[in-house]
Amino acid sequence: MFNSKAKMLQLTVTLTACAFLLIPTILSVMAGVTANYFQGISSGLTFKWVYKVWELYADSIFLSLWIAIACLFVTLIIGLPAAYGLARHPGWLSRLLEEFISLPLAVPGLALALALLQLYGSMKGFRVSWTFILVGHVLYTLPFMVRSILAVLAAMDLKTLEEGAASLGASPWQRFRDIVVPNAMPGILAGALTVVTLSIGEFNLTWMLHTPYLKTLPVGLADSYASMRLEIASAYTLVFFVLIVPLLMAMQWASARAQRIAQ
Amino acid sequence: MTLRLTNTAKTYPDGTRALLPTGLTVDTGEVVSLLGPSGCGKTTLLRIIAGLETPDAGGEIWFDEDNVTALPVERRNVGMVFQSYALFPNMSVRANIGYGLKMQRLPKPEIDARVHEVLDMCQLGDFSHRDIAALSGGQRQRVALARAIAPRPRVLLLDEPLSALDAALRETLRDELAILLRKFEITAIFVTHDQDEAMAIADRVAVMSQGRVAQSGTPEELYRNPQSAFVAGFVGNAMQLKGQIDGSALMLPGGVLPLQQDGTGQDVFVRAEDVLVDPTGPLSGQVESVTFLGTHYRVSIRGIMTDVLTSIFPGQNAPKPGDTVQISIKPEALMLLQQTGSAE
Repeated sequence: MFNSKAKMLQLTVTLTACAFLLIPTILSVMAGVTANYFQGISSGLTFKWVYKVWELYADSIFLSLWIAIACLFVTLIIGLPAAYGLARHPGWLSRLLEEFISLPLAVPGLALALALLQLYGSMKGFRVSWTFILVGHVLYTLPFMVRSILAVLAAMDLKTLEEGAASLGASPWQRFRDIVVPNAMPGILAGALTVVTLSIGEFNLTWMLHTPYLKTLPVGLADSYASMRLEIASAYTLVFFVLIVPLLMAMQWASARAQRIAQ
Repeated sequence: MTLRLTNTAKTYPDGTRALLPTGLTVDTGEVVSLLGPSGCGKTTLLRIIAGLETPDAGGEIWFDEDNVTALPVERRNVGMVFQSYALFPNMSVRANIGYGLKMQRLPKPEIDARVHEVLDMCQLGDFSHRDIAALSGGQRQRVALARAIAPRPRVLLLDEPLSALDAALRETLRDELAILLRKFEITAIFVTHDQDEAMAIADRVAVMSQGRVAQSGTPEELYRNPQSAFVAGFVGNAMQLKGQIDGSALMLPGGVLPLQQDGTGQDVFVRAEDVLVDPTGPLSGQVESVTFLGTHYRVSIRGIMTDVLTSIFPGQNAPKPGDTVQISIKPEALMLLQQTGSAE
């Protein structure tokens, strides 16, 4: 008797929590496909607002995707050799370096953006180019890439594996290509998905750095909330969800896989 | 290939002298074991031969007529079997074995043929497409060996290749490895801390201690004619009979033993299998413990010298703890070694 009562209670709490989280989301998404929000759902369902979002903000969406891909590229180019170097030479200096590249995680994005503006604000061409936002995103996402790869590399006996390859005649580059990269792949994948997801969703740093002609997806979202009708803002949220949720799920899966290997 | 090392030493940046200046020659086709306790420098010596460590200035490593001292490991053409095997987890068994051949840029059909040949030789044919993770310890060890041998290296170097296996498997694979090494007809150097392993596999054993080669010879030579207390103790667990030497007699607390020659200035050693329980023996002591070991008993006897003396008793009716026994040791079984400052 007690048992079923306890279960009922558990179920109620769970459902309430779910409702608390899901209802605003559903309402917001519904608002995006409702013909007239103030008349409610009876006014009919429409994709009109989603089209409108596309018309108004397609550039922002493409810019965000472009920056995310560029950011992934740059963090890979810097992060993979960095993680490899740290894994290959463990010691206090490596620990210190690792902490150092992780600093942007602890500093608010706004402060990071302010520092970038102070340093590069006077370089006009750079200041108004998309690469300025890219620099901010790279600073912010690099530690995720490095740590993700480092965790996987640290879990294997990299030194002996490389010595094994060397004894078979592999040059340093061949060892990196044939042994290090393939074995680091789960970490690289998890890191890559994290970087793309974070870059697409990043708001506070980007908001400080953006110009009227360079709005990323989340900055556009804020813009639409401030200046568009509610249905468009809601439709925008819907578009954002559609983009980010699959990425988020893929990231969870890849991170779980990399962690299994790292253990 | 003949391997020749001259004056090879290794000092680490912190000043630790892992290897004192050492010379070593290994003849073509010879299997040599570097035997010694951990920290004796045997692995350092092996890694210097492989090219994974740089020797101190002055040392030289020759493969036949080539001075390879300055060559990095990837250009020395050595085969290496690591203690942890270091198999590449991202490759199948076949790809692991073929990796060295791929690095030599051999044409694909030849790689396939050579991999096939080595797989057969090591009886790995059934596992060739497996993942490394799906192999047992013994299979991994064979893959590591096959991978090292496939590129036909000039010398095969093995670093404790059996120590990652459990005891039962180790013995089987020890004999298998000895057979395989003979089949390959390759110059091989084998590092181990296990004297049984060294004796079973090697043609010649170099016993190492504290960064230098203490003695080198065939297993029989080392066992029967050790040159130092360390070798006598490490190979075959000889015990020192601590007593007073008076000319050709050794006075022990438990009696007097005749020596074959004048023992002045010498230490006397004996092995447990030469300590015989014999009612007419000149020594007497008390049995402290008796351990049954299947083929024989190990009997510990107190009172003959300050330490416990161990005897191997092969018969059926072993003495009981507490019994007083007579012990004899044949004069020719006693090993007389020049006294050193520290017997260790």
